[in-house]
Amino acid sequence: MATVSLTSRPASRTSADRVEHVLRHRRKVWSYVAMSALAVVFLFPLVFMFVSSLKPDAQILGDVGSPRAFLPVGDISLDNYFGVFDRVPVGQFLVNSVLVTVLTVGLGLVVNSMAGFALSRMRWKGRSVVLALVIATLIVPFETIAVPMVYWVAQLPTLVMEGGVLKYDFGWLNSYHVQIVPFIANAFSIFLFTQYFSTIPKSLDEAARIDGAGWFTIYRRIIVPLAGPAFATVAILTFLPAWNQYLWPLMVVQQEELRPVMVGMQYFFQLNTAWGEVMAYTSLITLPVLIVFLSFQRAFVSSVAASGVKG
Amino acid sequence: MNRGSLAKILSMSAVGALALTACGQAGQGGTTSEDGRVQLTMWTHSAGNPAELEVYEQIIDDFNASQDEYEVIEESFPQGAYNDAIVAAAAADDLPCLLDMDGPIVPNWAWAGYIQPLGLPQEITDSLLPTAIGTYQDEIYSAGYWDAALAVLARKSVLEENDIRIPTIDDPWTIDEFDGALDTLQDAGYKTPLDIGAEDSGEWWPYAYSPMLQSAGGDLIDRDTMLSAEGALNGPEAVEFFTWFQEAFEKGWVSSSGTIGNEEFDKGEVALSYTGGWNALPSLEAAGDDLLFLPPPDFGKGPTIGGASWQWGISSTCESPEGARAYLEFSFQDKYVTAFADNQIVIPATEGATEASEYFGPEGDLRPFVELSQEYALLRPETPAYAVISSTFEKAGKDIMNGADVQSTLDGAVAEIDANIQSNDGYGF
Repeated sequence: MATVSLTSRPASRTSADRVEHVLRHRRKVWSYVAMSALAVVFLFPLVFMFVSSLKPDAQILGDVGSPRAFLPVGDISLDNYFGVFDRVPVGQFLVNSVLVTVLTVGLGLVVNSMAGFALSRMRWKGRSVVLALVIATLIVPFETIAVPMVYWVAQLPTLVMEGGVLKYDFGWLNSYHVQIVPFIANAFSIFLFTQYFSTIPKSLDEAARIDGAGWFTIYRRIIVPLAGPAFATVAILTFLPAWNQYLWPLMVVQQEELRPVMVGMQYFFQLNTAWGEVMAYTSLITLPVLIVFLSFQRAFVSSVAASGVKG
Repeated sequence: MNRGSLAKILSMSAVGALALTACGQAGQGGTTSEDGRVQLTMWTHSAGNPAELEVYEQIIDDFNASQDEYEVIEESFPQGAYNDAIVAAAAADDLPCLLDMDGPIVPNWAWAGYIQPLGLPQEITDSLLPTAIGTYQDEIYSAGYWDAALAVLARKSVLEENDIRIPTIDDPWTIDEFDGALDTLQDAGYKTPLDIGAEDSGEWWPYAYSPMLQSAGGDLIDRDTMLSAEGALNGPEAVEFFTWFQEAFEKGWVSSSGTIGNEEFDKGEVALSYTGGWNALPSLEAAGDDLLFLPPPDFGKGPTIGGASWQWGISSTCESPEGARAYLEFSFQDKYVTAFADNQIVIPATEGATEASEYFGPEGDLRPFVELSQEYALLRPETPAYAVISSTFEKAGKDIMNGADVQSTLDGAVAEIDANIQSNDGYGF
């Protein structure tokens, strides 16, 4: 019995292991199949966009409804891209969008993290009221305040260069800063920083204060280095809206040389839409976003996991 | 961080802000150029339309070179975003001196105080097509270089093969004949015999389909008072027309899918296409001598097509209206009007320009559009309420297309339009 027992036990364990191994393998295969199917679903629009950007309009419309829509077959050329450059100053629009986006995100990280620091680490009267007011602004859609904002930015003081002389004037319309400044302070970013900073032990502040550090040093030397995931999350969450700005620049920028890429989309919707050029243009303006995302993919995933924000 | 580095950051930020400030800012009319000329800013809806911009640039270059008092500076906007940009600029008191606008919106912008009476010499405005003039309360606020017209495109061979009479301007199809033709063409194998562009949206709907309603005896509003749509948009004639409209979709004569433009007709997938002259050249290439430009059917009160297209006005805040008028007077030369027409494939607004046009002149391939415009064009109601009429008509039309009850949908549209007119104290009527 003992012999049987001793020999059969390892045998049954091996068999169970094998079954489990096979099951685990199958599960893995199925999960890969499912993930591949999902990837295909998510990739289809991008593939369609890139492939269509190489086809003439008639072929794009003819291929819709068949698998050819996703294949670079037929009359393939770069004509649509040449057409885009003829119709739209796409290089200038890209430069404008990069400038506006980088400055909005960069300045937003500084300002919103400082606000979050003040709201989470410093003790002052009315702190909770201010935080509540900041959060309350989240429920106000931008569209409802866009026109009043246009009115206000048109009245703001500014400095203009006329004939080499710096002059005081009014009105922010037609400028880069009118596309940046209103979006630096962001209620959601402040809230996110406030929440994240609250999770960092207060004892670190106290230790630093004992060592003679001021608030700014605590923020700069202690809190910022510990809040990498929050900074990465806010950067990504503010990058996309800044890059996709359409309504606001449309309302406040009249000069073509200051327009961002999204306003450029409308250039293609004439009486008859040039779909091939639309696809070529969208490919061109999607590329920077894809590059940013792919470059920071690892940081993005880890920051989402760390901050608990699922966008 | 010590105070030194904080100061560095602050000073760098200030320099950056100044640099950004210096990158923008331009005068919006009323400013003066380096050589002392008054600068007039001009906005167009033509961004992304090189053919149209080419003519504008030519006019502006010629005008700026012609005298030493004014200088016109052009800024172009994409058409789809243009009206929003104008409304925002008006809110910010930042309208340019010269601006173009779609004809039907002129009364609204005149009522809202965006634009001032045009003040062009009568000899110019009298020389233009009536549909190229925008008025509000009997005052001219805008004038355009061109107009557009709609027609039914067909292939002669297809009509003859199916024993369908070819209509003329003097003898258009009656609605019964039209219905019969659509049935015949459907039986002949055309799954959808007629393309009316129902997949399009926005102003196309009232531009294309309200003339059918008017041909049936209805209208968008009571044009005598401009105070109510009651009876015009929901009366028996309107109900009869929209019932036909709904049935046309149910029977498959027309479709709400497809592509914007005229591709289906050019490829021979549909037999008839109700479309604008701007689509005519590709169809000419596709069908050649077989192509016919036919009048729209008579729904009972005679065929009608929409009139009025993009026109020029002067903003009420323009500091140099006399300069703006000088530019407009200069621009209404026949050679420029012809250039516009032939670059854009639209009907020239003056007789002289029409005679000189390659496409619309007496021997031009697209001459029928001139005749259709002269014979059948009707302006959309010249009231500030048109903005709400237009969107309400589109919504009601689409609801009916999708199967909504005709009478109650039209009653709802009338209630919405009338409420808007009342809440705006009749828009000055």
